[in-house]
Amino acid sequence: MKVLRPLIVCAGLIVIWQAVVLVFGLPRFILPPPLLVAQTLVERADTIAEHAMLTLMEIVIGLVCGTLLGASSALVMATFRPARTWLLPVLVASQAIPVFALAPVLVLWFGYGLAPKIAMATLIIYFPVTAALYDGLRRAETGWLDLARTMGASPSATMRHVRLPAALPAFASGLRVAAAVAPIGAIVGEWVGSSGGLGYYMLLMNARVQTAAMFAALIVLAMLAVTLWFALDALLRRLLPWQPDSDPSRLS
Amino acid sequence: MTEQWSPVSTAVATSARFGVSIAGARLDLAGTVLFDGLALDLPAASWTCLVGPSGVGKTTLLRLVAGLADPAPGTIVAADDGRPLAGRVAWMAQQDLLLPWLDVLGNVLLGARLRGEAPDRGRAMALLAEVGLADRTAARPAALSGGERQRVALARTLMEDRPVVLMDEPFSALDAITRARLQEMARRLLAGSTVLLVTHDPMEALRLGDRVVVLAGRPATLSPPVEVPGLPPRPLADPALMALYQTLLQRFAATPDTVA
Repeated sequence: MKVLRPLIVCAGLIVIWQAVVLVFGLPRFILPPPLLVAQTLVERADTIAEHAMLTLMEIVIGLVCGTLLGASSALVMATFRPARTWLLPVLVASQAIPVFALAPVLVLWFGYGLAPKIAMATLIIYFPVTAALYDGLRRAETGWLDLARTMGASPSATMRHVRLPAALPAFASGLRVAAAVAPIGAIVGEWVGSSGGLGYYMLLMNARVQTAAMFAALIVLAMLAVTLWFALDALLRRLLPWQPDSDPSRLS
Repeated sequence: MTEQWSPVSTAVATSARFGVSIAGARLDLAGTVLFDGLALDLPAASWTCLVGPSGVGKTTLLRLVAGLADPAPGTIVAADDGRPLAGRVAWMAQQDLLLPWLDVLGNVLLGARLRGEAPDRGRAMALLAEVGLADRTAARPAALSGGERQRVALARTLMEDRPVVLMDEPFSALDAITRARLQEMARRLLAGSTVLLVTHDPMEALRLGDRVVVLAGRPATLSPPVEVPGLPPRPLADPALMALYQTLLQRFAATPDTVA
């Protein structure tokens, strides 16, 4: 059932999609029927795969950079009180400025290559990652901190052995959000200026009214994002087996 | 695991034993004075039980000794051997405070890990055997029952090997049978330590304490210590305990303005 469920959902969506095309009699350049999109996907598999690889690379590198940057910001803020007051406004501002507004400038600075897309993905995940870890670091159970104190632990030992591990589940939540939004950063970057990637390909196909090819790329992008999220989720579950799981089916 | 661990000594060396005295203790919560000028002596190698209704300030008094609460000016907490108390006190709370990401052995070795010392795994294994958990050393806390978790906490407290042990309602969250077993275990393993046990249960205090002190009233005052006859852990059916129980309850009730 666990495997079947997403298949049933997909099949249902395809049926609705086909029904909309039939009922409203939409031309293929407005909404191509699912079969045509599937055909296009197979025909252009090589081209789309090439673009998909590029996008995936941008997303993954962006995820790594954003995570490193966000994690270090959170650690610095949790360790040094002055850093908190100085960095917190920057953190909030980084979320308030829409990436879409920055995209053209980033392209201007970093050119048409990988760099501006990575920067965009990094920027978009910086906030969720930092906020999640920072919150986690501040929420270590006070009893644990008291215990560490009576045991004669230094602040850095308490950070390393108590606060940091205690913050990992919250950090993992931040990473899950990051994995879900990182593709947005990469795609926006590709839209604004690039010569490759799924975003670029979709824009190109859209301009040529090859709507079926655009949909094919969109489906690949969605699959990419879903796979990435589930892979990360599985990895995090493996790494944090002690994490409280609120899956209701597992509660006794 | 078939390996045998040699019996471990949890008794504090006689030369290392010392008492603790608290004087002039004051607690001020948002302008309300909960107690002021309290004095309490914890004789060396003896169990002092502090009983009293909830919210009277027992926990704060214990935290003062543990170095976890900032003492108000005038409060004196001193070891009677003249050396500083810091670093010679172990603390055990009502919650087991086990770290969920460490296994049982890792939790028992937490103190050494936090101080960057080499962990004494042999002693940890022996202490876990002593509390009956030799076969659960690799289990995570989430896989243990409440009683088992508190036994791990007891082993972790013993692992610290401190002459003074402060226990804040360590048995309150357990069911009656588990509680009785754990009380006996703790009393046996901490026989040579200077212990302050805080509890709201007068019967528990009478079972385990060499001396029982009641903290009650507002502002709270300490009753003169009640010396409990007989060797702890005492059987609950002991008629002498029932008589003392009455005395303690009267001291609880002597202060009608006490908030329960």
